Amino acid sequence: MLELSNLTLAEGPVAHLDDVTVSFRKGRLTTLLGRTGAGKTTLMRAIAGLAEPDRGRIALDGKDWSRLASWQRPVAMVTQQFINYPHLSVLDNVAFPLVRRKVPQDKAREAARDMLGRVGLGTMIDRRPSQLSGGQQQRVAIARALVKKAPVVLLDEPFVNLDYKLREGLREELVDLLKAERETIVIYASTDPREALQMGDDVILMAEGRAIQSGEPQNVYARPGTTRAAEVVSDPPINLIEMEVSGGQLRLDRLADLPARALGRDLPAGRYTLGLRAHSIRQGGDLSARVSLTEVSGSETVTHLQAAGQALVMLERTVTNHALGTTITLSLDLGEALVFDAQGRLIEKEPVHG
Amino acid sequence: MRTFYLALKYLAVLLWSAFVIFPFLWMISTSFKTANSVTAGAKWLPWLQFEPSLAGWQSLFGGVGGINILKPYANSAIVTLSGSAIALVLGTLAAYGLSRFTFKAGPLGNGDITFFFISQRIMPPIVLAIPFFLMLRFLGLLDTLPGLILIYVAMLMPIAVWVMVDFFNSVPRGLDEMAWMDGCTPVTTFLRVILPNALPGLVVASMFCLIFGWNDFFFAFTMTFTEVQLLPVSLVALNSSVTPWWSLSAAAIVSVAPLAVLAFVVERFLSRGGLAGAVR
Repeated sequence: MLELSNLTLAEGPVAHLDDVTVSFRKGRLTTLLGRTGAGKTTLMRAIAGLAEPDRGRIALDGKDWSRLASWQRPVAMVTQQFINYPHLSVLDNVAFPLVRRKVPQDKAREAARDMLGRVGLGTMIDRRPSQLSGGQQQRVAIARALVKKAPVVLLDEPFVNLDYKLREGLREELVDLLKAERETIVIYASTDPREALQMGDDVILMAEGRAIQSGEPQNVYARPGTTRAAEVVSDPPINLIEMEVSGGQLRLDRLADLPARALGRDLPAGRYTLGLRAHSIRQGGDLSARVSLTEVSGSETVTHLQAAGQALVMLERTVTNHALGTTITLSLDLGEALVFDAQGRLIEKEPVHG
Repeated sequence: MRTFYLALKYLAVLLWSAFVIFPFLWMISTSFKTANSVTAGAKWLPWLQFEPSLAGWQSLFGGVGGINILKPYANSAIVTLSGSAIALVLGTLAAYGLSRFTFKAGPLGNGDITFFFISQRIMPPIVLAIPFFLMLRFLGLLDTLPGLILIYVAMLMPIAVWVMVDFFNSVPRGLDEMAWMDGCTPVTTFLRVILPNALPGLVVASMFCLIFGWNDFFFAFTMTFTEVQLLPVSLVALNSSVTPWWSLSAAAIVSVAPLAVLAFVVERFLSRGGLAGAVR
């Protein structure tokens, strides 16, 4: 188990890490999900010893890493940039970490050749990194990270600079490769909620340098603890609508007045925030909204709308091209809606036992 | 029209080449002339326009009225090579430090330290002559090769630092960090990863060091008396009441030759492109 406790790292007034306490389990892939600037990279750099926290402790199986320099930490890392040693062949690039760890040259090369075969570069071992395409260069970097068999593997958005198709393919390959390592702690940073939820055995949500929620992906997705967590974990963006409950009525800010039973639960009178996922907004209904943007992605359509000054996002599982500026009618399905209190904390639909 | 512009371009290149190459040709032809053929006006073609003579060349190797150029040549080579080598080793290490680590001395930081190195070259050499002279005298190194080497290290190291700081700054830090992840200490990172990739920078820096060292006249002249003579000084010594153009030309060719060879070798190195493929 890799445990991070109270990690804090600030640069002037900017807190890159703000009292982060999380743990990572062996044999599991944990995704760090958060937007750019949420502190994912800083957290990884702190684990790798490349960034020095002002406060806090990092320990693997109880062994404190604070005094270990980065070259002494049993960590492998793949970054967004495809970093390889330009002066070495592909084979020697991958053998390099083993040779540095005193593995005999021939054994190191054998292991490197094996690993390059597994990432599909078996025929390119004599080339220089500069003679490879971007995807191939990143495979070399991945092979170099995996060949060490480090107990902690850090993957910092490794595919973000690759094109879509390649990204999908490499991601699957990587997950397969990592599944074989049952004792390894794999930490994968991502800005993409879908990727994070699909890949991870566990997910940690990050925002403003803090770890705001962690747990199993389905759980975190279904019950984001705060409005911020709901924003981080939702793609397309979740609709957060101010709501007032009084006298058996739900008043949705500027949008609609509904009977309180539409929520399917009783709420005491007061102000709340309604979290409505994009797929809970459907075309056809009493509410009219103007189309401000339509994005078609694969077989889905995400439509950004304006309704009485409230921005809404609607997801349809079909390809529908709503013309910009046209007005369409909507209905809101509150059955799966999340409700947050005035402080932005989730109010569970029914108490969770155990 | 395109042909016309092409012709114009080639003409310009030809003219420029002639302008650059002509003095060399003149120098070569003069080195094979006698006093009479030099003063007889512009003559280019040996045997046809003038009778070639080896007198100029002989005078460089102890011929009549000449000097023996071999000793100064060897001295110049020793001083330039050792001075450049030491300056490169120290300068490269300093440059890596300045490029990768943050130094603070009161209000002064890395930029100031780099400027301090370069400022050595901003001052006119004459300013440094007296302190250098006194220091060498104190050390008992005046008129010796080690003394000159020390001075050359001091003069050449700023060049090495300057070129290499710039070069190391262009090598992505991610490369250092990746090497640490792969188990390299900062020292092995420098030796195994950064230095091999800094080869083009090293070539440029060593070229500058060798050129400046080899061509230096001022310190070679002021820090020596009789024991140690370097090539530029001995070339000047060739000049007497009558200027022996033929000897001077031969000497100039001999003196330029190593740098010309260096330029040819280095040109290939430089055109090979440095860090392609490090970080995309």
